Amino acid sequence: MMATLRALAEPNRFQIVELLRDGPRPVGDMVNRLGLRQPQVSKHLRVLSDAGLVDVRVDAQRRIYALRPAPLQELEAWLERYRRIWEVNFQRLDAVLIDLKSRELKTKEKKRGRTKR
Amino acid sequence: MKNAGTLKITTPTGHEIAMTRVFDAPRRLVFDAFTKPELVKQWLLGPPGWTMPVCEIDLRVGGAYRYVWRHTNGKEMGMGGVYREIVPQERLVCTELFDEAWYPGEALVTTTLVEQGGRTTLTSTMLYVSQETRDAVLKSGMERGVVASYDRLEELLASIE
Repeated sequence: MMATLRALAEPNRFQIVELLRDGPRPVGDMVNRLGLRQPQVSKHLRVLSDAGLVDVRVDAQRRIYALRPAPLQELEAWLERYRRIWEVNFQRLDAVLIDLKSRELKTKEKKRGRTKR
Repeated sequence: MKNAGTLKITTPTGHEIAMTRVFDAPRRLVFDAFTKPELVKQWLLGPPGWTMPVCEIDLRVGGAYRYVWRHTNGKEMGMGGVYREIVPQERLVCTELFDEAWYPGEALVTTTLVEQGGRTTLTSTMLYVSQETRDAVLKSGMERGVVASYDRLEELLASIE
């Protein structure tokens, strides 16, 4: 999970993943589209490959990269679980705050009542 | 997105998860709800079925906190850490480590509260890094910029399905 996040944290790598979303691409094609040098793109692809985010196959002289959806689906599921836990926590916190506000209001009214008398 | 009740989660960098949520209450009450055990116990419970039998908070820099949750099925889960920075009603920085951590090292959690018109915007950032990196970050005074915004990540994830 964290390996996926770390791999995606670099803007160029994120862009590579976005390019591969539309389908497999040869390295040369990505070099042209990203405006980076080939060694840089290869380095990024290696990181993505180590994180399990891309697969490579060799077709004649070309190396063609494809996205592996599994880690991204895992990341999405993890973030969704995380979001759900904090949503219920914060809904309960809303109730706690309403309670605190009304108690504060009552204390103030009592004080005001006392000073009036 | 200033509506109370909308939880926003982003991953600003590869090691961070940030949450933003607006509460319809002044920040002194939100701060109390985060730092007084009798209040924390009422809401920091996670999914249904869990209670919080242990909630100890020593609210001072260097002071520790310890939380233990118990499920109706008997399972227990513990977590704790140390406060590294405290600005009452405004800012809390603490370390966070689950007894059975799914990530290496501790997380560093920075919570800030900003009040406007009686409402409070809470931002909580969880930084998951090695201890060495975390200490370096603390030394540098937490003045780290957000490297890149990954709102696009959500879009990307949605398109993968």
